[in-house]
Amino acid sequence: MSDTFLQLRGLSKRFGPQVILNAIDLDIPLNSHTTVIGRSGIGKSVLLKCISGLLKPDAGTIRLSNSTKSIPQCAYMFQQNALFDSLNVFENIALPLREKEKVSAQRLSEQVNRLIDQLDLQNAATKYPAEISGGMKKRVALARALITKPEIILFDEPTTGLDPERKFSVFDMIRNYRQQFGFTVLMVSHDVPEVFGITDQVAWLDAGKIRYWGPPNDLLESPPMELAGFLNPRLSTDKPAA
Amino acid sequence: MIGRIGRKGISFVSELGELTIFGASSLGSLFRQRHTFEKLTRSIYEIGVRCIPITLIVGLFTGLVLGLQLYYVLTKFSSESLLGQAVALSIIMEIGPVFTAIMIVGQAGSALSAEIGIQRNAEQIDALQTMNINPLAFLVSPRLYAALICFPILTAFFDIVGIYGGHLTGVSMLGVDQGAYWSRIYEAVSVKNVMDGFYKALTFGLLTTVICAFQGYYTHVKASIPGARGVSQTTTRAVVLSSIAILSSDYLLTSLLLEK
Repeated sequence: MSDTFLQLRGLSKRFGPQVILNAIDLDIPLNSHTTVIGRSGIGKSVLLKCISGLLKPDAGTIRLSNSTKSIPQCAYMFQQNALFDSLNVFENIALPLREKEKVSAQRLSEQVNRLIDQLDLQNAATKYPAEISGGMKKRVALARALITKPEIILFDEPTTGLDPERKFSVFDMIRNYRQQFGFTVLMVSHDVPEVFGITDQVAWLDAGKIRYWGPPNDLLESPPMELAGFLNPRLSTDKPAA
Repeated sequence: MIGRIGRKGISFVSELGELTIFGASSLGSLFRQRHTFEKLTRSIYEIGVRCIPITLIVGLFTGLVLGLQLYYVLTKFSSESLLGQAVALSIIMEIGPVFTAIMIVGQAGSALSAEIGIQRNAEQIDALQTMNINPLAFLVSPRLYAALICFPILTAFFDIVGIYGGHLTGVSMLGVDQGAYWSRIYEAVSVKNVMDGFYKALTFGLLTTVICAFQGYYTHVKASIPGARGVSQTTTRAVVLSSIAILSSDYLLTSLLLEK
């Protein structure tokens, strides 16, 4: 296994009396793809929001490559993309760089156009989010995430509401661009077992704890007893017995 | 019963504190971001330029009605010649700032609250935070400064058109002497009166913009229903609270300014 890139220790979060995350420990290896799976409403998105800084954990530490607790080079891909409707594709992609970095208009334009070419968005550059397809919106959101050259991208259920064909195209997109740009992925998904095709590690979140962490193949071959209840209905739905 | 009143009281004071911190953070964050002038210009267009027609229309009709009403009151005391003075002072010190603020809240304030509320629901505010962009500086601060610039200017437009409306009724329709109308205004209205009106406009601009932005920004916690209906709920609340804030602060300001 490669070096640990992101290390969570004792991460806890509760909303009122409800414990969502209960002293979670998790290691995310460098340049890997880790997927957190679990039932709906179990706290997968809360985990990502704690890591990204959108929510403040009640306890625990988040360490990046044995350094500080915050994650400066982290990008977040939202379920519904969170693109700005009043900005066109070019402006949406340019936004983080334009607002945070001191770059000339020419350099900004070069960087955005390079990403537009790499993500095959040439025909959409001047269009608004409402005028492009769902798949294109995902690529625009990814381009916006990539413009700051993040070390890790957090994907929050990127295939929510998509049909099976589009789901696979989104997974292909994530795999291909991860290889091309070399970032680490931490993804939350309930698309089991489809997501196993692209992920290096699976972490199963249940009752506030990570109950399983390891390669997806091991999980499929010999799932732990407590995980079988979660896994079997999904596997039997997708792969009906001959 | 007493417990309920106590809880409501604590909740009100707590919300007032949140509102103050929200306003202060927004005011302080304008120059801690890039492209400030561009954002300010766009906000001035949204709040100022787009509100000019409604301000002029309401100002004209207010002046017309005021001219008519005051004429009939003043004739009872044979003091029609004071019409210009009465119309001008009423508009400059009271009606101009209040009506202008209510018109801007109806047009720009509600739009601001709804826009920010929708951005909250669409996770755009969260997206700004993950991009390390201060959402208050990006979304609220330019609008707040634009309001501070636009409210007094639009109030001045209202005042001018309103006084002209009073002239139309009094002089052109009811036969008040034109010279008396303008000379009375010249004699009675001081720079202090005009400045008092502008102080009110500035206060209303600050209060209403903070209230509208605050309601939209926290629509996910302030509304009892999530989604579009929640945004509609907080937008309505923003307009109602802003109107109450305008009228209550107007009373306080009038008391303070008249004492000076």
